[in-house]
Amino acid sequence: MTDFTTWDILRNLLLAARWTVLLSLVSFIGGSLVGVALLFARIGKSGGGRAFVKAYVEIFQGTPLLMQLFLTFFGLGLFGIDVPAWLAAGLALILWSAAFLTEIWRGCVESVAKGQWEASSSLGMGYLQQMRWVILPQALRVAVPPTVGFSVQVVKGTALTSIIGFVELSKAGTMVTNATFEPFTVYGFVALIYFCLCWPLSKSSQILERKLNVAHRNH
Amino acid sequence: MNYAFDFGWLFDYWPVLVKGILITVELTLVGGILGVSLGIACAWARALGPRWLGAIVATYVELIRNTPFLIQLFFIFFGLPALGVRMGELEAANLAMVINLGAYGCEIIRAGIQATPRGQFEAGASLGMSRIQTFWYVVLVPALQRIWPALSSQIVIVMLGSAAVSQIAAEDLTFAANFIQSRSFRAFESYFVATLIYLALAIGLRQLLRGLGWTIFPRRAAR
Repeated sequence: MTDFTTWDILRNLLLAARWTVLLSLVSFIGGSLVGVALLFARIGKSGGGRAFVKAYVEIFQGTPLLMQLFLTFFGLGLFGIDVPAWLAAGLALILWSAAFLTEIWRGCVESVAKGQWEASSSLGMGYLQQMRWVILPQALRVAVPPTVGFSVQVVKGTALTSIIGFVELSKAGTMVTNATFEPFTVYGFVALIYFCLCWPLSKSSQILERKLNVAHRNH
Repeated sequence: MNYAFDFGWLFDYWPVLVKGILITVELTLVGGILGVSLGIACAWARALGPRWLGAIVATYVELIRNTPFLIQLFFIFFGLPALGVRMGELEAANLAMVINLGAYGCEIIRAGIQATPRGQFEAGASLGMSRIQTFWYVVLVPALQRIWPALSSQIVIVMLGSAAVSQIAAEDLTFAANFIQSRSFRAFESYFVATLIYLALAIGLRQLLRGLGWTIFPRRAAR
């Protein structure tokens, strides 16, 4: 049996952490795109669209992410596709992130005072113009800190994809443990790497909240 | 897609599902009660306790909030035995959930405590209340009332997160679904049914917590 030095353990974990970072980025960016589409349906005029997004959010926020991963993994398989773990992981995380981001952003759009809609409408602006020039610029200011904060949830959420067999940081942790029989050291390092990924995001979310809150204080 | 859905296995395996549901409920109950208690203690330490204690609690909160629940679970269940701390899978699952909710609860409750105007402490003292009485009646209860919705959603999130405890072989609802699919080869259907049950549990828990909020805090705060 080969001996593993601490450096060997750390190196293997860091190599696997690249996949955690990549999956987080894909999920966050994909989730944002889907989330924007859902947001427009949620605050739009069509009753059917609003009801659909409401149900979507309820389902994705009311069930475990792990179940969503399983259902995506085995659900895609029903169509006779041989589903690689990364595809199921990416798809499930995108849909899951979209639900949370839509809900966060809806709150931000609704936080813009109602008088702003009326004022811009009295200036003869259409719906898209109101959105582009009046509502979204204000909502965006409020939206940045919680959105950055949610990215931490995405990074942590990727850990669950190890269960459907995607080899990222957590899965690598399990594999290295099985080879070294040093769970304390290995999971300690895994936790540390997650912390190094997440903590800067958490911290910047807090700092942004303090900075961007300036406009809000004088309401 | 030519796949025939089959939920017939439900008749054979319902006892497994019921057992899984009970364990998930038990984990949520213990995790919820102890986790919120830990959260209250930590919030007190951070907002009003001695500085050194506040610093320790702050470190704990940051460590937990910035690492995945799954890894916390693995660290407790697989890692701690190296230090001589051994426990069964249910104890480990419970401990991980309490520690997890304690950290998030601490931040939520602290936000509520910090919204208490300074003058209320003095008002409490001038009425002859002890420090503990002031903390309980003047600070904590109104703070909890203020943040109850946020705390409730966090408890629901922890309940949903408990699906991960199946990975250390704690026999919760997800474990039951895994077991059934390994026997019936009906993976999609097993997880689909489990997902519906989780959804029902989440909606039920949310209603329960809302009702609990009305019972504990009957008077609306004057705004």
